[in-house]
Amino acid sequence: MTTAQPLIQARGLVKRFGSFTAVDAIDVAVRAGEAFGFLGPNGAGKSSTMRMIGCVSPPSGGELRILGMDPVRDGPEIRARLGVCPQLDTLDPELTVRENLITYARYFGIARRVARLRAAELLDFVQLSERADSKVEPLSGGMKRRLTIARALVNEPEIVLLDEPTTGLDPQARHLVWERLFQLKQQGVTLVLTTHYMDEAEQLCDRLVVMDGGRIVAEGSPRVLIEQHSTREVVELRFAGESQEPFVSKIDQLGERVEVLPDRILLYVPDGDAAVAEVTALGLHPINVLVRRSGLEDVFLHLTGRTLID
Amino acid sequence: MVALVLPRLMDVSAASRRSASVAERNLSALRSIYWLLLVSGFIEPLLYLFSIGVGVGALVGDLTLPGGAVVSYAAFVAPAMLASSAMTGSFAETTFNFFGKMKYMKLYDGVIATPVQPFEIALGELAWAMLRGSAYSGAFLVVMVVMDLTTAARAAVAFPAAVLVGFTFGAIGMTIATFMRSWQDFDVLGSAQFVLFLFSGTFIPAQAYPTLLRWLVEVTPLYRAVHLIRGITVGGSGWTWLLDIGYLLVVLAIGLVIASRRMSRLLYR
Repeated sequence: MTTAQPLIQARGLVKRFGSFTAVDAIDVAVRAGEAFGFLGPNGAGKSSTMRMIGCVSPPSGGELRILGMDPVRDGPEIRARLGVCPQLDTLDPELTVRENLITYARYFGIARRVARLRAAELLDFVQLSERADSKVEPLSGGMKRRLTIARALVNEPEIVLLDEPTTGLDPQARHLVWERLFQLKQQGVTLVLTTHYMDEAEQLCDRLVVMDGGRIVAEGSPRVLIEQHSTREVVELRFAGESQEPFVSKIDQLGERVEVLPDRILLYVPDGDAAVAEVTALGLHPINVLVRRSGLEDVFLHLTGRTLID
Repeated sequence: MVALVLPRLMDVSAASRRSASVAERNLSALRSIYWLLLVSGFIEPLLYLFSIGVGVGALVGDLTLPGGAVVSYAAFVAPAMLASSAMTGSFAETTFNFFGKMKYMKLYDGVIATPVQPFEIALGELAWAMLRGSAYSGAFLVVMVVMDLTTAARAAVAFPAAVLVGFTFGAIGMTIATFMRSWQDFDVLGSAQFVLFLFSGTFIPAQAYPTLLRWLVEVTPLYRAVHLIRGITVGGSGWTWLLDIGYLLVVLAIGLVIASRRMSRLLYR
């Protein structure tokens, strides 16, 4: 009975800041053990939603239940079972790496002896054992992020909230974070994350919602979203000249859909190579041609008419 | 009955445990540089005591208190230095340090993601500030006894009174800190603190002021604190010390409530 109930349930959830509506009546249900993503550009309302789920921002309207409880009334009880990795690191600059974890564990009422053990385990998990006695400031961005993730795990949470876990990290650091998050998922921890990176969402999320302007514009698994909102393949064409615009009318018959970006045209087709041949047959010679599979970026472009990172 | 009372008791114990974890964090953050700050906070009132209490006191001679007791000027000034150092100690912690932690280190943004709530953060920081204030007070009381400015028995009673003073000013300081916009505002606070220090019956009895000004002085928290502690260390204030304690407790409670409400507003955005 209880296992079927979603861990996080939002109905018509709203967050307003003055006259600005950051989250505009969204419905979300996150089930135990899944990795759930909020995908969208900056300002889509992802972080506001995460803060409401983290019980540090009271909803302005609608209904929100987390672990079957009310975030405003039962804040401390819910937060005791959540792990939070906020968008900006809130590490304690006056403490060492190890002390950051131990002190944070103490906020959860974890005995100092247990906290010490857990800190050592977690430092090992995020590969920071060698920096245990260093202050936080000299750490690289990737190290700080990993420490924040370790800190979010110190209370052995049932749900881990990750707000843009890899934004600003170099590719190597990102892959290490992904690997660790994947391990957590394997252990049965429910992950909720926000991202504006397509590859991150495709790598980590079982299911996601695409947000834009405070609303949910699509929902599903990455694969289903791509199937529903895009074609199998995409041809990216770049023509010589000031603008791509004049070429659109010549080729828009060739694909199911055409998107024009400042520097290239995207042609949505079932078979990329066949489409390229047709373009050449028309006597057109683009300076650059790329055939690739559709991704979430294309879904987003289709749904909102905009790219994710501008 | 048990079912009704027990959750409430558990609430209180969980809340105080969480407040303690906030104070504990400060203990972990103690570094050698901090000890220097602590020492300077202790030296300052001593310098005032020697320069004004003893130095100027040699020119002033003895004073007759309203109760009729005759005391040396140093014995008159010493309890005021004690009260104001309790104020300075807990102010330093609850205004400057607290503001830095909240606004620049964003420390509490991390803390509120745990079961710890703003009221518990306020209480924990206050308890910590009180520890610092008490350390100053204890050391200063020892000096007073050694210099024969009060008796050991009176000093023992004055200590908890000084702790209460520290608590109250901690709550005031924390409330002020939640209204601060930038470091510039601390200049204004510093001036206000100095005015309080000079005119709260510290160096001259409030009776020396014109009636209107005297009333104004007598409602300030530092005056009540000085009045309370002086009453204990030199005696002769009758039952009015009850009024002082009541006043300080009320200000403490109001300060705590406002500070934690303001913190909730600032942190739970």
